[in-house]
Amino acid sequence: MIKVEGLTKRYARTVAVDNISFEVEKGQIVGFLGPNGAGKTTTMRILTCFLPPTAGSANVAGFDVVQQPMEVKKRIGYLPETPPVYPDMDVSEYLDYTGKLKGISSADIKRRVDDVVGRCALGDVRNKLIGKLSKGYRQRVGLAQAIIHNPEVLILDEPTSGLDPKQIIEIRELLRSLAGEHTIILSTHILSEVEHSCERVIIISQGKLVAIDSVANLTNRLRGSEAVAIEVQADGGRPNPSEVQQRLEQVSGVSRVLMRDSKDGRLIFEVESLQGRQIRPDVARTVVNAGWNLNEMRSVGLSLEDIFLQLTAAEQNQIQTPQEQAK
Amino acid sequence: MRNVLLIASKEFKSYFTSPIAYILMAFFGLIFGFGFYTATRDMVRFSMSQMQGGPQPINLNQQIIGPLLGFASTISLFLIPMITMRLIAEEKKTGTIELLLTSPVNDIGIILGKWMGGMLLYLCILAMSVINIVLLFFWGKPNFQPVLVAYLGLILQGGCLLAIGLLISTMTKNQIIAGGVTFFVCLLLWLLSWFTASDPNSTVSQVVNYLSIITHFDNFSKGMLSLKDVVFYLSMIYFALFLTSRSMESLRWRS
Repeated sequence: MIKVEGLTKRYARTVAVDNISFEVEKGQIVGFLGPNGAGKTTTMRILTCFLPPTAGSANVAGFDVVQQPMEVKKRIGYLPETPPVYPDMDVSEYLDYTGKLKGISSADIKRRVDDVVGRCALGDVRNKLIGKLSKGYRQRVGLAQAIIHNPEVLILDEPTSGLDPKQIIEIRELLRSLAGEHTIILSTHILSEVEHSCERVIIISQGKLVAIDSVANLTNRLRGSEAVAIEVQADGGRPNPSEVQQRLEQVSGVSRVLMRDSKDGRLIFEVESLQGRQIRPDVARTVVNAGWNLNEMRSVGLSLEDIFLQLTAAEQNQIQTPQEQAK
Repeated sequence: MRNVLLIASKEFKSYFTSPIAYILMAFFGLIFGFGFYTATRDMVRFSMSQMQGGPQPINLNQQIIGPLLGFASTISLFLIPMITMRLIAEEKKTGTIELLLTSPVNDIGIILGKWMGGMLLYLCILAMSVINIVLLFFWGKPNFQPVLVAYLGLILQGGCLLAIGLLISTMTKNQIIAGGVTFFVCLLLWLLSWFTASDPNSTVSQVVNYLSIITHFDNFSKGMLSLKDVVFYLSMIYFALFLTSRSMESLRWRS
């Protein structure tokens, strides 16, 4: 449904998007993930024909964004980062206008407006001025605008920013109900967002593609290694933290030991294992054999957050190295 | 075409949801009414003083309506920047331009719609002056035709300035700048005729004179409809809207 090849966008001095290629199949929800300024918005603007690419090609719903922008625009719904609403219009007037702008006939428009008002739970505010609405409602009005013409492809730039937790859940459910018929790309820098709503993740950092995989695969990639949080009791300064840390690092299979906290005579560490190693029995034994009291031990799953940080940090390191060499 | 009307009616309505339409109409109505009052008062005094030597026929068209509508064209120089300044600049500022440019509407549709929206408000503003002119038809017998010609001139001149204002509005996201620059451009076009006053027959003066939007209105205000002036206005409108479409296109490449 969406096919991007070698997409590059260069501004006067910076490269916003650097040779990105990916494909999205029909009916998928794809999360577009990256730190702020990674090039997410630029990529989305190219896909929606708002910006032309410097190089490479993008094909949306079977049409090229440069060659046939009008055909692409008919088939996409786009919610930019700031919802494109007119504060001096009321909600139903706005949806009427945007619906017609997207080619809905006057005969159909009322039915479509009613439909999206229901779907985005805007019934209470449909006759209110958009300028008087809260950020959450505006966001939903923006989303209603994007789906009003039932587009094949939905492109949403940070659809849940500025919403409260309840609204975020509602939007997620709405998105899930839209998947299947619609192909959805949503960008976010909030990772739990992707874990909850997306099937696939595209991670970009500094304009470059870092990873593209299913959410399950990405988490599995690092699930082989586990992280364990342990709490060791310390009375009167015994044992001291560095001693414990040293001892834990010597356990076979341990890759990293982090001191998390130390208070009221309790020392809390996080121990990470090497890929595919079970370290819990050895860690427990080490602590007990040293004569210390093991208060607690629990496993901490590596979240998408950690994976993301590892991936984007690795990317940054690679970028830094040549510069350092140059120095 | 459907999109043009859609955008035009949206623009037109949004003028009336903010106070701007009412302010402009009231402002114009007041100033024009003031001009009307002083013009008719002086006229009546003048004809009274002439009465001793027998009644003088008053030519309403030449002595009141013509100068008054000329006055209206001058006022419009001040009003038009306030109409056009928000057209594109506001959309750029609030980000709604992304909605317009990613909807299946071509740039020409957007530009014509915006221009027509401004034009409709301008017509409403002009309509305020009709009240005064109609009064003259009650008390006197002015010729109908020259009045229509003068209004046509006002509409064409307004269309021209609106197109220039629209062009300037695409160039910035700051409404104040859009309005200010449009105002200075309008003022310059008005003052061009000063430049030629001392030496009206040199080639330079003739070119400058031809470019001055105001000099082309002179004939209209006298009730003379000449093809040359109509063509001038229409081609200026076309040219300004064409430049607007180029400027809109460059938005995509520059942003």
